[in-house]
Amino acid sequence: MKFSMLPSVFAQMFKKPWTNKFPAKYAPSNTTNFLADVGAGKAKLIPPIETPPNFRGKIQYDKEKCIGCQLCIKVCPCEAIEFKPKEKKIKIFLARCCFCSQCNDICPTDCLSMSDEFLLADADPYSKDLIVE
Amino acid sequence: MKQTATTKTTYHIPIGPIHPALKEPVFFEFELDGERIIDVDVKLGHIHRAIEWASRKRNPIQILYMAERVCGICSYCHPAAFALAVEDAADIVAPERAEYLRVIQGELERICSHLLWAGVAAHEIGFDTVLYLTWQVRERALDLTEYLTGNRVTKAMMMIGGIRRDITKDMLPRIQKDLQYFKDCYNKLGKVFLNDKTVRMRSQGAGILTEEDALKLCAVGPTTRASGVKKDVRVDTSYFAYGDLDIEHITPDKLTGVVNGDVYDRIIQRLLEVKQSIELIEQCIDKMPSGDIVAEPKLAKLLAQLKKVTGEGVGRHEAPRGEVIHYVKFDGNDAPYTWKIRAPTYNNILPWIPMLKGEQIADIPIVAASTDPCMSCTNRVGIVKDGNKYEMTKEELHRLSVEKTRRLMK
Repeated sequence: MKFSMLPSVFAQMFKKPWTNKFPAKYAPSNTTNFLADVGAGKAKLIPPIETPPNFRGKIQYDKEKCIGCQLCIKVCPCEAIEFKPKEKKIKIFLARCCFCSQCNDICPTDCLSMSDEFLLADADPYSKDLIVE
Repeated sequence: MKQTATTKTTYHIPIGPIHPALKEPVFFEFELDGERIIDVDVKLGHIHRAIEWASRKRNPIQILYMAERVCGICSYCHPAAFALAVEDAADIVAPERAEYLRVIQGELERICSHLLWAGVAAHEIGFDTVLYLTWQVRERALDLTEYLTGNRVTKAMMMIGGIRRDITKDMLPRIQKDLQYFKDCYNKLGKVFLNDKTVRMRSQGAGILTEEDALKLCAVGPTTRASGVKKDVRVDTSYFAYGDLDIEHITPDKLTGVVNGDVYDRIIQRLLEVKQSIELIEQCIDKMPSGDIVAEPKLAKLLAQLKKVTGEGVGRHEAPRGEVIHYVKFDGNDAPYTWKIRAPTYNNILPWIPMLKGEQIADIPIVAASTDPCMSCTNRVGIVKDGNKYEMTKEELHRLSVEKTRRLMK
């Protein structure tokens, strides 16, 4: 058959595009201003696609539960976790994190967990958003 | 006046080290007579990232995630082969359920990888509609991967002595629904790839690798099976749960009755393997026993156990591109004494030489891509002809390939 895909191509022409236009239908010229507008209620944010059930996003750290055993430091593949000897607590640098959730698995007190948060892009690797402590 | 200098009838073009059709940086030097390729020379070793060296200060659990980053498309088979090697050295036996779950992940990765390859192959011959159709199906496969593992590419699934995430009962309907979708698409894509005139014209009789050459040059995976060599680690040695499953060697003559060993046969081979993978996942879901998914749930204990290990282990796994071998040796420290990887593409590089001899320049992209080498992008080709240097960019090479398709269509 010469044009075996023609039916699929025509069907495709009348389908809605799959792309979810996050955060807005047209890319805003200034993201900061756009976010300020969203905050003021002037603009609307198109929500992102839902994350899957086992999604591994930004690490959550429950400081109270942590006993300072340093096991997470031992298994972290990218050396993203630092130990604070005075407080006996840890500090996680998300700029280095590879989101494997191995520290969650080894933690004896379950003080670490993965959240759904994935908007972590930042120009500064040491910004406040990218350090969990 | 008598001409003193002899006229050169052949000229050389270097391709690489960085080229879109070569998935890893490899350097080719072609000797050409007009459009015909007379001789090919391949040079390796441009992408040494010292991964094996970096492993010497990490413990086996950390290395799992480093193995995952050896290759983006094979982000499951490298940790799988590494875990097999460590289990071999430390005498750890994974529970039965984990073995079935490992097969499911491995086969899902094969579906993703072969669909990706099919799209790239279509793109190389200038048939971009098929690229989008194939990758539409692949998107669904990636969504399923994301649903099962939490991530699309770096899955972080493998654990020494088991697997990290279970497939629960409520996940099964989604898996079955997606497998049904793949089956429907398999028929549709099969028609496009096997009956379409454009694909046939460019792939039949191009890049022939004979059975003898495939055996002699130790080709692995779909490349060697497409030449009629029955070589498949899943069948030849029993690992994971493959021993319990109904699996046999697949060669293109299953569909067409003859083995030609050309690019067309490699397309058939990969399509048949996608079908086989879908069937294997279905079998696994049916036969999967209940039970634990890791041999040692306490990771601190596992680390202490691995620290005491002395000796060596070898792990072999049938990756989408062929057999991947990991060798690991422990000497009683945290980190292994040595770790060596043999990726399948390494074996599939020498078969390029018999494949490319006698072909045209425009056939280089599709023939080089037909072994599914591991890809890194952006490239240019420099042509040195009669002392003048000029460059052939990726776009130009692609244009030549598209032009040949158009020429044949007339």
